[in-house]
Amino acid sequence: MNLTAVAAIYKFEMARTFRTLAQSIVSPVLSTALYFIVFGTAIGSRIEQVEGVSYGAFIVPGLIMLTVLTQSIANASFGIYFPKFIGTIYELLSAPASFLEITAGYVLAAATKALMIGLIILATAYFFVELTIAHPIWMIVFLVLTCLSFSLFGFIIGIWAKNFEQLQLIPLLAVTPLVFLGGAFYSVSMLPPAWQGITMFNPVLYLVSGFRWSFFGMADVPVGWSIVAIFGFLIACLAAIAWIFRTGWRLRA
Amino acid sequence: MTAILSVDRLTKTYAGGFTALDDVSLDIREGEILALLGPNGAGKTTLISTVCGITQATSGHVTVGGHDTITAYRAAREMIGLVPQEINLEPFEKVINTVRFSRGLFGRPRDDAYLEKILRQLSLWDKKDEPIRSLSGGMKRRVLIAKALSHEPRVLFLDEPSAGVDVELRRDMWAVVRQLQEDGVTIILTTHYIEEAETMADRIAVINGGRILLVEEKAALMRRMGRKEMRIELKEPVTRIPSALADFGLTLEAEGTRLVYSYDRQASRTGIVRLLSALQETGLTVADVETRQSSLEEIFVGLVTERQSA
Ligand SMILES: Nc1ncnc2c1ncn2[C@@H]1O[C@H](COP(=O)(O)OP(=O)(O)OP(=O)(O)O)[C@@H](O)[C@H]1O
Ligand SMILES: [Mg+2]
Repeated sequence: MNLTAVAAIYKFEMARTFRTLAQSIVSPVLSTALYFIVFGTAIGSRIEQVEGVSYGAFIVPGLIMLTVLTQSIANASFGIYFPKFIGTIYELLSAPASFLEITAGYVLAAATKALMIGLIILATAYFFVELTIAHPIWMIVFLVLTCLSFSLFGFIIGIWAKNFEQLQLIPLLAVTPLVFLGGAFYSVSMLPPAWQGITMFNPVLYLVSGFRWSFFGMADVPVGWSIVAIFGFLIACLAAIAWIFRTGWRLRA
Repeated sequence: MTAILSVDRLTKTYAGGFTALDDVSLDIREGEILALLGPNGAGKTTLISTVCGITQATSGHVTVGGHDTITAYRAAREMIGLVPQEINLEPFEKVINTVRFSRGLFGRPRDDAYLEKILRQLSLWDKKDEPIRSLSGGMKRRVLIAKALSHEPRVLFLDEPSAGVDVELRRDMWAVVRQLQEDGVTIILTTHYIEEAETMADRIAVINGGRILLVEEKAALMRRMGRKEMRIELKEPVTRIPSALADFGLTLEAEGTRLVYSYDRQASRTGIVRLLSALQETGLTVADVETRQSSLEEIFVGLVTERQSA
């Protein structure tokens, strides 16, 4: 196991994060604050309570998920796309490191950054609403697993993408809608029955639901399903990455 | 000497169907400097990329230090340093950080003293904290060399290391390469400066159209292929070659003041003595006589064009 290589990639990527720290953190914090103002204050004044939780607090887990998902994907996809784009990928391909080690370096760095931002947003939320977290350990477990699995997903997108447009495409076209429709800002029980059925096919629902359960002890779907869903997604991404490195798809000519 | 790198019947056909390497076999000896020469598109970079794991071979095998580059890729790749032809570097990164990254990527523990040594050797030490985008082209190429050396490779590929490097720095670089050879590193060098191959290489390999045309000791190659010329400078110009010298196939140059005689040094009779005595009989006054050997460049051009027209 070439752990030195994992550490080298991780440090290199984290150095980039800290070099651009201000822009990495300011924009998610700012947009979260805007969400609180628009959703929490404006809409919250009409909805007030969802299943016994104030609306402002209710949207916190969904907001964190939204940011963490987009951040994980953006960080990891850029992390591996950039070396492809500028040509430094030659070094990764010729290094005595396995696909697992290279992936681990990039994905851990991307997940770390997303996790940091997720926690900062949680801290920001305390300024706007009153929060108590029912299951803090589970909250962290969900958060970490989400960061990891979506960083893996982002890594795949970064390898797949042939240009910057493609790099933006999946997050824009798939992830953001799935998060919004996955109950980030409402309880599924508030939807008409037909829509409730359709929503059950949205994988992000299981994440948001499980994460919200760790905050308030209530969920749209049983929390066990959420755990199964997130591990299923993690394993699917790992399998895809193993295949990519074995075949050299989009990496080796 | 034993082969440290062994290429066995390597073929590479790109996805588009183009065969860039066609059944290439090549043994590289430990500690030698091998110059890989060939025109643009000959397959030099493809050969290097396939050995290093950047492109996948269609068929054939490569071993480095006895380790197969596919089945024992870790052991094989640890031994290899690669300076790519294209300048591929992270523009915003500091020099020292990217070199440190390379060392870590190849599984070596941090060693700042060693990195300082190579950065000093490459005259980059005072640039170590600069972001790469602020460096000149020649400096960037030296950063690539520093990265390749960062993990103390046993085999170093230099894919056109001197492109865009000025004369003085090129000599510095040659000194670095020589030093590496003294330390026991095997070096495979591609270059379009034949002079570079001529000064540096122990052996020359010529590749064209994805096939190795020859691999030979440089000295032997130059002896074998190199025609020698004797140039006879005359005091007074002549308008035509005197009939007494008609048998020697001379050419008249420099407005009739120079006679040039080409001969084969390997031949049992070079004909020099006969020519000189015949010359004496013509009564011409000789100002100077010099001999010169055709350069590797002439040999190379002859070889490549000959095969192309064949
Ligand atoms: N990724 C690729 N896909 C398809 N064809 C390629 C690819 N890379 C190289 N080739 C082709 O393979 C041939 C050999 O290219 P290569 O880069 O190995 O040449 P080279 O000897 O290094 O040339 P140069 O002196 O210009 O660097 C060329 O005809 C080139 O067009
Ligand atoms: Mg080339």
